[in-house]
Amino acid sequence: MLKYVGKRLLMMIPVLLGVTFIIFSMLYITPGDPARLVLGDSASPEAVEQYREEQGLNDPFLVQYGRYMKNLILHGDLGTSYSTKKPVIDLIKDCFPATVKLAFCSMLFALVLGIPIGIISAIKQYSIFDMCSMAFALLGISMPVFWLGLLLTLLFSVKLGWLPSSGFNTPLHLILPAVSLGAQSVAVITRMTRSSMLEVINMDYIKTARAKGLHEKTVIIRHALGNALIPIITSAGLQFGTLLGGAVLTESIFSIPGIGRLMVDSIKMRDFPTVQGGVLIIALAFSIVNLLVDLLYAFVDPRIKAQYK
Amino acid sequence: MANEKKNLLEIRDLTVEYHTNGGVVHAVNGLNLEVAQGETLGFVGETGAGKTTTALSILNLLPRPQGKVLSGSVKYNGEEILNKSNKEMTRIRGEKISMIFQDPMTSLNPVMTVGDQIAEGIRLHEHLNKADAHKKALEMLETVGIRPERASDYPHQFSGGMKQRVVIAIALACNPELLIADEPTTALDVTIQAQMLELMKGLKDQYDTSMIMITHDLGIVAEICDKVAIMYAGNVVEYGDKVDIFTPEKPHHPYTVGLFDSIPDIYHEQEELKIIKGLTPDPTNLPSGCTFHPRCPYACEECSKQVPKHLEVEPGHTISCHRFDDTKEVK
Amino acid sequence: MEKKKKFAQLGDIWKRLRKNKLAVLGLIIIVIIFLVAIFANFIAPYSYDQQDLLSCFQGPSAQHWFGTDEFGRDIFSRVVYGTRISLLIGFVAVAIAMVIGVLLGAFSGYYGATVDNVIMRLMDILLSIPQIILAIAIVAVLGNGLFNLMLAVGISSIPHYARIVRASVLSVKDQEFIEAAKAAGSSDLRIIFKHIIPNCLAPIIVQATLGVAMAILTAAGLSFVGLGISPPTPEWGSMLSSARSYIRDYAYMTMFPGLAIMITIFALNVLGDGLRDALDPKQKK
Repeated sequence: MLKYVGKRLLMMIPVLLGVTFIIFSMLYITPGDPARLVLGDSASPEAVEQYREEQGLNDPFLVQYGRYMKNLILHGDLGTSYSTKKPVIDLIKDCFPATVKLAFCSMLFALVLGIPIGIISAIKQYSIFDMCSMAFALLGISMPVFWLGLLLTLLFSVKLGWLPSSGFNTPLHLILPAVSLGAQSVAVITRMTRSSMLEVINMDYIKTARAKGLHEKTVIIRHALGNALIPIITSAGLQFGTLLGGAVLTESIFSIPGIGRLMVDSIKMRDFPTVQGGVLIIALAFSIVNLLVDLLYAFVDPRIKAQYK
Repeated sequence: MANEKKNLLEIRDLTVEYHTNGGVVHAVNGLNLEVAQGETLGFVGETGAGKTTTALSILNLLPRPQGKVLSGSVKYNGEEILNKSNKEMTRIRGEKISMIFQDPMTSLNPVMTVGDQIAEGIRLHEHLNKADAHKKALEMLETVGIRPERASDYPHQFSGGMKQRVVIAIALACNPELLIADEPTTALDVTIQAQMLELMKGLKDQYDTSMIMITHDLGIVAEICDKVAIMYAGNVVEYGDKVDIFTPEKPHHPYTVGLFDSIPDIYHEQEELKIIKGLTPDPTNLPSGCTFHPRCPYACEECSKQVPKHLEVEPGHTISCHRFDDTKEVK
Repeated sequence: MEKKKKFAQLGDIWKRLRKNKLAVLGLIIIVIIFLVAIFANFIAPYSYDQQDLLSCFQGPSAQHWFGTDEFGRDIFSRVVYGTRISLLIGFVAVAIAMVIGVLLGAFSGYYGATVDNVIMRLMDILLSIPQIILAIAIVAVLGNGLFNLMLAVGISSIPHYARIVRASVLSVKDQEFIEAAKAAGSSDLRIIFKHIIPNCLAPIIVQATLGVAMAILTAAGLSFVGLGISPPTPEWGSMLSSARSYIRDYAYMTMFPGLAIMITIFALNVLGDGLRDALDPKQKK
């Protein structure tokens, strides 16, 4: 098992290196002179040129990339923000927890709601419950995250005044953002759970389990769900990526001090190192989640574990 | 009479249909069947004749909501089980009546060890704790010829024949009185088939289990069965002792004759293989009267109008055909 | 002869699709949206940037079916013109992603070995960044604007097509008619374009339909946070963004652009689902 973990970690490294390369390349080709952006428009050409020399901005591409990587790996240094002049890594460290909290709560919401509804819909296929849940799921995947956020704010904050619409101090603040961000994931996971369960329920080994005299609940939970989990886990893993992306929009609506909002603000201020630093961190987070998903596979399905023995 | 054994299972007038998008499938039509204690019944018929449906109906395992039992009675040890609730049936399945299915490759749960899958039923029915159930599971593995160390292996690590042994172990773990085996050897190689039959014969004697062996292979029937029921288009057309059925000189249903005739004769030269002319009927649109009449060389007007009764042509040997009805005038 | 078979196949697919009432509804809605986009000039009573500061912040009425916004512009007209923008973004982004993605996937699957490895590693790298984030990063480099938005969304969608096509190619590659074509002397390119890609069309079409939905959503999302299209262009996402500031007093402004997005995405999704079921003969439901 440890070998499997090791192998997967090793596979992750080239991908992350590739991400840094692409991000750095994008940073490099972005129009606009970094020196100007830092020093301001009123700085003299000599000052600009001096800054460029000091920062090594006139060096060839690969040298600059090498320097970027060295700073990153040895010092965890993602560069300095053009606008706030603070280290990018500090800015990200401040914002990261909020985004993680939001994404985690949304994911929890999606799983806790989506999987049971999907299971029941599969067991009671074509029933009213099934029809309703599938209808809701269709709505869920069609509804834009940001619109849902606005609507929920309108209902629960403006009209009813039950929940706060911005800020991030209390658990109450989490509810609206988590629900509006998670709604789409609930829909996707419900649909995936339902279709996966439907496939499994018609398998022969379920017939065998029933013929053994097992109670239907045991058959569904121990035998059917255990086999249906793999596509569900895959779906959940992918959804995490969507959640990270959607967090950008949700943080904007609810004024949550997370990475998404940091990145959006940074783009508007042409603070590219912060933007690209944020992209890198998000890519890292997503890769780690994908790694965990792969590990979970091996845990759930012994056939996959066997491949990596 | 001295050797009149009690009927373990008695099916009377069973009618089952499936509701599908393509129409209503009349899978079983007024079927009668019985299995006595300690007996092995061979349940013979082509694919689609309704054998599996009958078996599933006994255990209330028909696919819902398509499968519906319209009428009939299934008595087990004298008790009617057809209208029992699912919960009540869980006490019969695996404990009193066990069933094994055709394809061993898909009959086992891929993510559970074989040991756990055997022990599961034992824990449920015999109320043993985990350790004792596991011990018994190991014993069962040995009984079917698998090394007990393999209890912690997963199904994909076994070959087809070994998988089927595990399936048999699961089915017999709680010592059921009746085992329904739905074409257990069809998906296996011929050499493995022979092994499997030997195993089943041995276990049958060891545990004194009655058995319904569903098959389309008359060779298997000859090997292992005591009585034979021949099924066609949802009905049993002939039933009797193995010897009676296999003796060509005795009276037989035309379909039975066709079945035996179609076996290639290795002692004589044949230019063509003998076939039963016509095709198996469409179960959504069965012929009227006797379902076999469109293909029967002896068919007459009566056959298309009335369903033939089950007539006892000699003690213990019934045929469902108008030809043997003394009360009728038939060519 | 082959053409006749193709048409018979299409007829089967259409018949299967027709049975799925939801998918047909989706198709009808898409057609309507298309017509609205084409005939926007005739349908919209006002121009999309026609300001009338005397009648701003008016709720829905007879003159303004969806009301007016903060500059007195007719929201209904803006939503109507918005169909053009959304459809344009959706289709151009998907076209970019499809052309590049299909080529990459086809070469990757067909040539295998190093080519496959390199291309797939590249796709893995792109896929390790969530789509919206990647689009944001590209917009950061290119700047705002309609074309840049289409490019950003398009590029971020490439890996999906590459993967799908590669899987299809791998399953078709070893079949005999490819051997036959090779034996007859067809060049690799010819084989790829004439034989392999046509056989992968089904999943590509499904992905494209769902991809247009994804593209429209992503573009609207980016415009919503101010990274895509700027006013006065009537993009639904940016309309929601302005509506947001007035949500307490003029809630109606948030309704219609959002509804427009949702209906469009819904129609594309059910159509895509329906196409997937119709094109895959192995009925699972």
